[in-house]
Amino acid sequence: MKTNTCSVSFSINGEKKTFATRPDEKLLDLLRREGYKGTKYGCGQGTCGACTVIMDGRAVYACLLYAMQAEGRKVRTIESMGTYDKPAPIQQELVAAGAVQCGYCIPGIIMSATALMETEKDISDEVAKEYMDGNLCRCTGYEKIWVALRRTLDRAAAEPKKKASKGGKK
Amino acid sequence: MKRHELAKNFKQVNTSVTKIDAMQLALGKDSYVADFLPAGALVIKMLWSPHAHARIKKLDVSKAEKMPGVKCVLWHGNVPRIVHCTAGQGFPEPSPYDTFMFDNKVRFVGDRVAAVAAETEEQALAALEAIKVEYELLKPVFTLAEAMAPGAPVIHDEPEAHVPIPITYEPKKNLVAHVACEAGSFKKGMAEADFTFDETYETPYAQHCPIEPYTSMAQMTPAGRILITTSTQVPFHCRRIVARTLGIPVQKIRVVKPRIGGGFGCKQEILLEDVTAMFALRTGRPCLWRFDREETFRTGRTRHPFHIRLRTGVKKDGTITAIALECINNTGAYGGHGLTVVSCSGGKTLPLYHCDNILFDGKSYYTNLPVGGAYRGFGATQAFFAIESLMDHMAEAIGMDPLKFRQLNHIRPGEGSPIFQALGEGREGVPMTVGSNALGECIVQGAEAAGWEKRQDWRGKTGRYRRGIGMCCLMQGSSIPDIDMGAATIKINEDGSFNLNVGATDLGTGSDTVLAQIAAEELETATDKMIVYSSDTDMTPFDVGAYASSTTYLSGEAVRKAAAEAKRQILATGAEMLGVLPEEVHCEDSHVLTRDGSKKVSYSDIANYSLYQKNQYQIIGTASHITKKSPPPFAAHFAEVEVDTLTGFVKVLNYVATIDCGTAVNPTLCEGQTEGGTLNGISYALTEEYLFDGKGKMQNASFADYHIYSMRDRPPVKAILVPSYEDTGPFGAKSVSEICINGPAPAIGNAIYNATGARLNEFPFTPEKVLKAIKSVKR
Repeated sequence: MKTNTCSVSFSINGEKKTFATRPDEKLLDLLRREGYKGTKYGCGQGTCGACTVIMDGRAVYACLLYAMQAEGRKVRTIESMGTYDKPAPIQQELVAAGAVQCGYCIPGIIMSATALMETEKDISDEVAKEYMDGNLCRCTGYEKIWVALRRTLDRAAAEPKKKASKGGKK
Repeated sequence: MKRHELAKNFKQVNTSVTKIDAMQLALGKDSYVADFLPAGALVIKMLWSPHAHARIKKLDVSKAEKMPGVKCVLWHGNVPRIVHCTAGQGFPEPSPYDTFMFDNKVRFVGDRVAAVAAETEEQALAALEAIKVEYELLKPVFTLAEAMAPGAPVIHDEPEAHVPIPITYEPKKNLVAHVACEAGSFKKGMAEADFTFDETYETPYAQHCPIEPYTSMAQMTPAGRILITTSTQVPFHCRRIVARTLGIPVQKIRVVKPRIGGGFGCKQEILLEDVTAMFALRTGRPCLWRFDREETFRTGRTRHPFHIRLRTGVKKDGTITAIALECINNTGAYGGHGLTVVSCSGGKTLPLYHCDNILFDGKSYYTNLPVGGAYRGFGATQAFFAIESLMDHMAEAIGMDPLKFRQLNHIRPGEGSPIFQALGEGREGVPMTVGSNALGECIVQGAEAAGWEKRQDWRGKTGRYRRGIGMCCLMQGSSIPDIDMGAATIKINEDGSFNLNVGATDLGTGSDTVLAQIAAEELETATDKMIVYSSDTDMTPFDVGAYASSTTYLSGEAVRKAAAEAKRQILATGAEMLGVLPEEVHCEDSHVLTRDGSKKVSYSDIANYSLYQKNQYQIIGTASHITKKSPPPFAAHFAEVEVDTLTGFVKVLNYVATIDCGTAVNPTLCEGQTEGGTLNGISYALTEEYLFDGKGKMQNASFADYHIYSMRDRPPVKAILVPSYEDTGPFGAKSVSEICINGPAPAIGNAIYNATGARLNEFPFTPEKVLKAIKSVKR
């Protein structure tokens, strides 16, 4: 078997990096290999959302994208979202609401919710559900995830308007 | 004061403290098996059988072994042939030993043929393609009727197949188990009835669908032992079964369960660990095996499909005079859990209603289809669909409101049932009377929340969209009495914090948190003083694992006892420091105080004194717990649906799930269990099913084709915790996790009937089935 190696450069959580890869390597595998392990494998078929990352402001399935497709893009993963000292509002709300059971879907949920908040204005329940439709959870029945998301959205709406979001537009 | 109001006095228990690992998981920190993959790990891939039933005539791995990157190939020619059982149950297991690491026969599409460990996934996959297999196809068995037919192909013809305990097992007839009992006389009861019923029901295959698929990793330690890090519900059973399967001592193996991404029963099975351990042993390299989603559907464990015949007799006054519940499950190609699931289909359902004449007959048969296993609800789910559907049917026949009919008949506190003793899990059960029971209140509160009073007979309903309300009552158990054991150790540290080490397995449920709350309550300290470490066979005491709704009730009581022992030592040392007798002090808010409160000493000072200063020793408590009871949690569920009579599409508008789980140790987590299990049940009732081609291959092995509910699909589910107090449980608690999944199929089925007059004895209630049923309704 011939080995095809190549390299890909993109911004990951605000840092420009170049990675060795292969043309057939999936973005998910590259990210996990490089230590961004908060992004999870759930199905490899683009159906469960556990591998959701944000690419140029859009929530995408890292298991479906080739790593090479990230060339020149801005990729954000769960590792950019918060720390124990300073969790993101969505992380605070998910934890407070009791929405984290096994937690395996949660990083993907957070990335989709972030894409939602950075893209849409005056977010209705319907729009929110549309954004979250691609993230499956088998533990919670979504009740507490929904409560946490709605609280986060309401919190953001109550805050004074900030400047343009980081995610860029698409 | 009512008994359940005791819980109001607790400081740590009955409080929704934040789940202790929640922030770690929300931040995406390394938590799950695959997150701990060491550099240089090999990737394992399996060649699966494409045939439902075949003999392997020739298997040639020589080419694969020479492929680039391939380090080892395992197949039946180069591994020990040791018969075992993959079900992670107590020992000896009430399940047949009918499995080998690899065999020269395949018994379902998705059975093991040969495995490769290679440097990369691509290399492993390429090697699989180079393995040459010659099969002799055997006649497959796909239905219960085919399995039972005289002269049916024998799926387990190997001489080694046997059961380790004296129970019925006749592999030559494909019979995995048979259990039967009768209390009173069914015949006599039927003769006394004004109305009799004889219905049959079918329940479908389903998969648990944890978002983290089965994942297992093994590596050699510098001391030459095997460290298995695995996504399991049963670390101690895993160690025992892997030791047997590899033919090595238990001592050689350490099993660690990190955080796991959901289980729901499917990870109560030793499906990967023997192979990952064998590869680690053979190659000396760390090895990772992770199922993809398709493998999780095809080869992973499933919910047993059931064929149920239910006959009952009822008097006009609502007395149920006779019940005969006959359940046959299809356990697929291997028999783990075949007996226990069918036993529980009677044992965890029949005590719910008063009846003097009860007959139960449960059988389990092999087929060449995917393998049944433990799945939340464990047989009760299937049987409750039949029982609770027929309860509605009976109520209608005698002209009684189905809710009132259930109120009239359900078991009351202090009452027993002959079924508790007659049906155990692999042996006789344990005689028991029900202690805590708030089912009556569950029904009342649920009816109010669901608007039961607005329910109207279906005959008056017209138009394309018709609404209906249905309900059902449920019970389950809390651990397996006289069989399950859990243990815990608690020790103090200098700052007054405690290490709580438990064998119990948190599979995402929050049991680490719940157990910390129980320990903190007993020790009169705060939950956040607990450093919880669980499920490590080297480091924690034994526990059977997370199944049979046992952790809060059983392991929780072990924790409480261990904490009580540590507290006794804290009191003794505290008294010594204060210069008084141990009888003269008590614990409060992390201090030991004299009775009048005039003198006190902190846990931190006590720890320092006992560790460094005088009469030193480690303050440490260890305790084990077994139980003589399995107190049932109770529930009443209500579903409101809208049926599109043009398309047959059923929409759940509203769902109310009440539950009596005794004291809710952590109400938010109890609600979470109830909401999650209920939505899983709704999805099971409406959309989930296995579709097979004519050759036994599942056709819809992806989330694209096997639909589980998303946030957008979800109807509003309201969980209502109705308190009671279970005297035998820790601080009044009993179980919460399984019961809720039993409700949606019968509640929605009854609601569809109430909307349209169509009674479906089979689900999922897909538009096609519902439409067909509506068309056959005679108004």
